[in-house]
Amino acid sequence: MALLEVRDLKASVAGKEILKGVNLTVNPGEVHAIMGPNGSGKSTLANVLAGRPAYEAIGGSVLYEGKDLLAMKPENRAREGVFLAFQYPVEIPGVGNAYFLKSALNAIRRYRNEPELDAMEFMDLVNDRVKLLGLDEAFLSRSLNDGFSGGEKKRNEIFQMAVLEPRLAILDETDSGLDIDALKVVANGVNTMRSKDRAIVVVTHYQRILNYIVPDFVHVLMDGRIVKSGGRELALELEKTGYQGFEARAAAAAP
Amino acid sequence: MAQKEALQELTTAEYKAGFSTDIEMELAPKGLSEDIVRFISKKKEEPDWLLEWRLRAYRGWIAMTEPKWANIHYGPIDYQGIHYYAAPKARPKSLQEIDPAILAMYDKLGIPLQEREALLGVAVDAVLDSVSVGTTFKKKLDDLGIYFSSFSEAVHEHPDLVKKWLGSVVPYNDNFFAALNSAVFSDGSFAYVPPGVRCPMELSTYFRINAANTGQFERTLIIADKGAYVSYLEGCTAPMRDEHQLHAAVVELIALDDGEVKYSTIQNWYPGDKQGKGGVYNFVTKRGKALGKRSKVSWTQVETGSAITWKYPSCILQGDDSVGEFYSVAVCNNYQQADTGTKMTHIGKNTRSTIISKGISSGFGQNTYRGQVKILKGAANSRNYSQCDSLLIGDKCGAHTFPYIEVNEPTAQLEHEATTSKIGDDQLFYAQQRGLTPEDATNMIVNGFCKKVFLNLPMEFAVEAQKLIQVSLALEGTVG
Repeated sequence: MALLEVRDLKASVAGKEILKGVNLTVNPGEVHAIMGPNGSGKSTLANVLAGRPAYEAIGGSVLYEGKDLLAMKPENRAREGVFLAFQYPVEIPGVGNAYFLKSALNAIRRYRNEPELDAMEFMDLVNDRVKLLGLDEAFLSRSLNDGFSGGEKKRNEIFQMAVLEPRLAILDETDSGLDIDALKVVANGVNTMRSKDRAIVVVTHYQRILNYIVPDFVHVLMDGRIVKSGGRELALELEKTGYQGFEARAAAAAP
Repeated sequence: MAQKEALQELTTAEYKAGFSTDIEMELAPKGLSEDIVRFISKKKEEPDWLLEWRLRAYRGWIAMTEPKWANIHYGPIDYQGIHYYAAPKARPKSLQEIDPAILAMYDKLGIPLQEREALLGVAVDAVLDSVSVGTTFKKKLDDLGIYFSSFSEAVHEHPDLVKKWLGSVVPYNDNFFAALNSAVFSDGSFAYVPPGVRCPMELSTYFRINAANTGQFERTLIIADKGAYVSYLEGCTAPMRDEHQLHAAVVELIALDDGEVKYSTIQNWYPGDKQGKGGVYNFVTKRGKALGKRSKVSWTQVETGSAITWKYPSCILQGDDSVGEFYSVAVCNNYQQADTGTKMTHIGKNTRSTIISKGISSGFGQNTYRGQVKILKGAANSRNYSQCDSLLIGDKCGAHTFPYIEVNEPTAQLEHEATTSKIGDDQLFYAQQRGLTPEDATNMIVNGFCKKVFLNLPMEFAVEAQKLIQVSLALEGTVG
């Protein structure tokens, strides 16, 4: 069974139709890249899958592990193993990074009828992952994303992902705003997460990140539809021709 | 102290004390006059000096006008429409007569059925332990020479102490509501801890006989003599059913050389319904005097109830090297309004004060912090640190901050920090995407916000306070 099965998904934001029929199948173990110009609907797709309020699915279906994903509350999608690394991670002053993550992890474990981790077990797990992302331990006791640099926020997203161990990770423009060193660290974190049980969907504008996180499939999203799918080479082709070359095809595909 | 024991004591007290028939029949006519003041004093068999004191307060009060400077709005109060002396009103016969919203809150707080009845003032006829917990405590306190009783009892048993200290911190003509209280106060608490004694337990109104009937004009007087320490708890996390709309209490704290009084409040009176109807008006004057050298007065409050809160627990730092503290969490949900804060008056040398105020507004709530730090000439090397933070939940509520600073001493040092933050949909969604419910996320943010204040509450109180705030914010469905 596919891990994620998106069928003719249509979605609107503030009454405006952004996704106009997206089809996408993601199997466990695969890494997919979704590329497209600004405004093509990449982030909308990521947010609709995560269940962000105001991103309304108006047609089509999404099956996750065979279950109707769109019918689930956002927190239950997360507990089922869907993780969104935010394009703009949110700051929550006064709530410690580690405290937040421990609460989240235990909420997920409770949902799955797994025993909660106590403080010691949690710290063991976390210390391991902190090193992976090149973060220092003081980072854990800081308020969640509060006063973090752009790079720290993105690293924190991947760190959270490494701790929560989702089955489906969606990375929404995780590469934006990262310098090359930070990008390598983040990509390295993502790569260590690759496994045969887990799928990763990398949403990006630029092919740069795909030099480090090498995808199995690349999809080009334009004007709310996937206009072309292919392998790694498609991303490189895009880099040469730019998105303009695909515009015509997108127009032709429209009914 | 287990809350259960406390509540059991409360029920025992009521059950044992009962109300003699003649009191039950007693009801002074509506309105306030010298005759009514005399009537109250006579009913309480008070000495002449106290009657005179009440009358002076009354005469002062009629010449005063209700303060209007606070950032709160309410209709006119008809002071002549109130019974100033009344027996306990008829009680609801069963829980069926209670507002379902309150019962729902009890469910969330996990209060057992029997305790709910006691809290709501439903007539309870359960059979209770013959040896009351209160008696045991009383014995322990007696052995240490600590006086802890109702105010009325203290007037008769320790008249010298009452006469010496009553009105010494909040004079009878201090302000409109304090004057009203001084004229007609019904009852309240009295505690005196003798020199060098550290009170071994948290004193609470629960452990005092007749606590349930102090009424709307409560008067509290607490004295820590030289080197003494006392921690006093007022209130309860469970909402108290209350028939009086107007409450005007006065609390006076006194600490002599090296003495310390710590006063903690959890106020959760009926805030009114979701439309803002009903609800208690809470106009309280609370003030402590750090009179002696190296003495300390510390206020901690968690205010979640009442439709209107007008309250400024303050410290007069008179003794050299004395310390004043104010830690506050005030929650305004629905149409609640709070104008609260503190006043730190530095008189002695090397006096220090700390103000940590956390205001949470939700629904249509309006939360105002009003604080004054005053350093008088001669209060050399005095220091103050103030931190006022506001948290907004939703976009129809408000937070307001009015800090006043007056410094007449060049060696003084003051620091003031203020922040306003908001729980936004983005934050809630972010937390949800990590597997937390919006309620969990809100609680987490609110707890993080209140942490500094909760740390100053006695431990079991802190746990209850945390839960109470969660319930008072979540109950009305502001989130989730």
